[in-house]
Amino acid sequence: MFFYITLFLYLAATSGYISYLITLKKPISLISTSILIASFILHAAVITLRYPELGHPPFIGVETLSFLAWAIVGIYLLVEWRYKVYVLGSIVSPIAFILLLLTVIIPEGEIHVPSYLRSVWFPLHVGFAFLGNAIFSLACAAGIMYLIQERQVKRHYLGGIYKRLPSLEVLDEINEMCLFIGFPLMTFGITTGFIWSNAVWGTFWNLSPRAVFSIITWFLYATLLAGRLSVGWRGRRAAVLAITGFSIMIATYFVINIIWGGHAFK
Amino acid sequence: MNIIVVGLNHKTAPVEIREKLSFQPDLLEEAHKRLLKTPGVTEGMILSTCNRVEVYSCINDIESGIMEVKGFLSAFHGLPLERFEEHLFVCSAEDALRHLFRVAASLDSMVVGEPQILGQLKDAYQTSCKNKAAGVILNKLLHRAFSTAKRVRTETKIASSAVSISYAAVELAKKIFGSLEGKVVMLVGAGEMCELAAKHFINSGIKDIYVTNRTFERAEKLAEEFKGTPVNFNEFQHTLHKVDIVLSSTGATHYIIKPADVTEALKARKQKPMFFIDIAVPRDIDPKVNDIDNVYLYDIDDMQGVIEANVKGRSKEAEKAEEIIAEELMVFIHWLKTLDLTPTIVGIKERGEDIRRKELEKALAHLNGLSPEQIKVLESLTSAIVNKLIHHPVVALKTHAKGHYRDMYLEVARNMFDLADKEKEEPEEALEE
Repeated sequence: MFFYITLFLYLAATSGYISYLITLKKPISLISTSILIASFILHAAVITLRYPELGHPPFIGVETLSFLAWAIVGIYLLVEWRYKVYVLGSIVSPIAFILLLLTVIIPEGEIHVPSYLRSVWFPLHVGFAFLGNAIFSLACAAGIMYLIQERQVKRHYLGGIYKRLPSLEVLDEINEMCLFIGFPLMTFGITTGFIWSNAVWGTFWNLSPRAVFSIITWFLYATLLAGRLSVGWRGRRAAVLAITGFSIMIATYFVINIIWGGHAFK
Repeated sequence: MNIIVVGLNHKTAPVEIREKLSFQPDLLEEAHKRLLKTPGVTEGMILSTCNRVEVYSCINDIESGIMEVKGFLSAFHGLPLERFEEHLFVCSAEDALRHLFRVAASLDSMVVGEPQILGQLKDAYQTSCKNKAAGVILNKLLHRAFSTAKRVRTETKIASSAVSISYAAVELAKKIFGSLEGKVVMLVGAGEMCELAAKHFINSGIKDIYVTNRTFERAEKLAEEFKGTPVNFNEFQHTLHKVDIVLSSTGATHYIIKPADVTEALKARKQKPMFFIDIAVPRDIDPKVNDIDNVYLYDIDDMQGVIEANVKGRSKEAEKAEEIIAEELMVFIHWLKTLDLTPTIVGIKERGEDIRRKELEKALAHLNGLSPEQIKVLESLTSAIVNKLIHHPVVALKTHAKGHYRDMYLEVARNMFDLADKEKEEPEEALEE
């Protein structure tokens, strides 16, 4: 029941943010934010209530999508509170809605929780990795907006899109902040993954495609971070890298995790 | 007598063409002299601003006059006519007059209602006067245009709602930098427009302002005014890395900020974005600068795009202004028509007849009991005096009406016989403000 109310609230927030995007009326953005906060809290309740029912953290199978949606919304709310970029809400809330909807559409199937997933390191590993993903998804959204807005300003075409998108500096700052917070989280996620692998299989290095791609993504974000700190990679370049990084992550998640069935452990 | 305008402005020509045809201030004197020597041109005025180059002339024949003035533009700038002819606009007679009135009232401006154009027009008129290029018609026309502009400004809200380039520049900067707090601005050159924009930026909370100018004293003076720092013009490029926003409007004839300068500055400031606004014509900043990552360059034409996006809902005021212009235009055209030979001669004759009749009536009132024959004698006597008196002026007028000073003679004659319009002008006042 709570689940469907949450789903509905995400839909309401989506239409709220989109109508704000069209009308640019301040009260609409405030209402949309309130709805999104309500759905975020309710969503937390849904996840918590499901925990005893599932008997494991929401990090296996389609449950992951629900957790991811919740994390993205939570981080977005922080960003919105800090930078007042309501436009981002019109991307985030539909994503949350769709992710949550997918958990209903994708058949759950029988999940046997293998013993190796019962390690304490597993929820730590996945939890950090997912928070990282959630943050990088926002960096990606900000990056896309940056590229669009940058194009408008550069080409001297200042129409409706230009008016609706936030300033370049704010978009770049969001990108930066996401990188600064997301990268350590991702690093924790991968490190705990190694430890978990060691605890379960007695080896730090488990050569699954998932792991390989995670390392690739990690290197990409590491490069971006280093470039930003040393020679001031920012703006377009930072936006493009953030989008690339997240695209690889999404591809990894859907193609490998869902289609190939997780880490493809032998 | 005909009035024509030949020229180009922000509506007809891109900045690349305008900068090639603009008149440097120190060449305006020479330009006016050469314009006057152009065959068929009896009076002339050149208006050259960063948005427009317009040549107003009084000519005898419209067709040939237009060709001559085009030739003058081409010869003066050493630019073949084919290179810019498609960007020229030409209007004559009533259209030319209306155009001038609209320019003066700032209805034709890039930023409708901006006040600068009136000052620029007054400067152009004064230069024309100094070089004796403005005669009877231009004098009257410009004064009429100035008073029309004044009416438009006081009777409509055009001016008060003017969305200025400076305002647009600040808005744009906010879209690039978010907040302007802590940002640093540099003024390159000391144009009026630049100073205005600088004031807007200062009001938006920028941290510091650098000022550079070819003459260092001027830079110092401006810097003092803005509580900023003067920078030596010869090496201002080395200060660029400290600056977020550059406003440039020098009279330089070539690019003074090149891509290499900007790339170097960016490296020093770790690629932090820079915003360049180039309101100079010819341009100060190489357009290639806009291709550099994290750099945004807007020239005066690009700013127009920004402004057009901002301007809306002022059409009513503009309509009112157009009505005022139409009214004033009619008054001027009426005057211009009287400045013809026939109505002037008729006027002089009527004037004489009028005086004669009045004086005769007065005299007859004192003389009682005159026979009809005696009255007839008095009639023919007075008629003869009046006719003899005006005979020579009329002949002289007819002779000179074929010459170069036609309008002057006509105007003088009208004044001497008190034929001028009853309504008095306040030309001096219009010029003064």
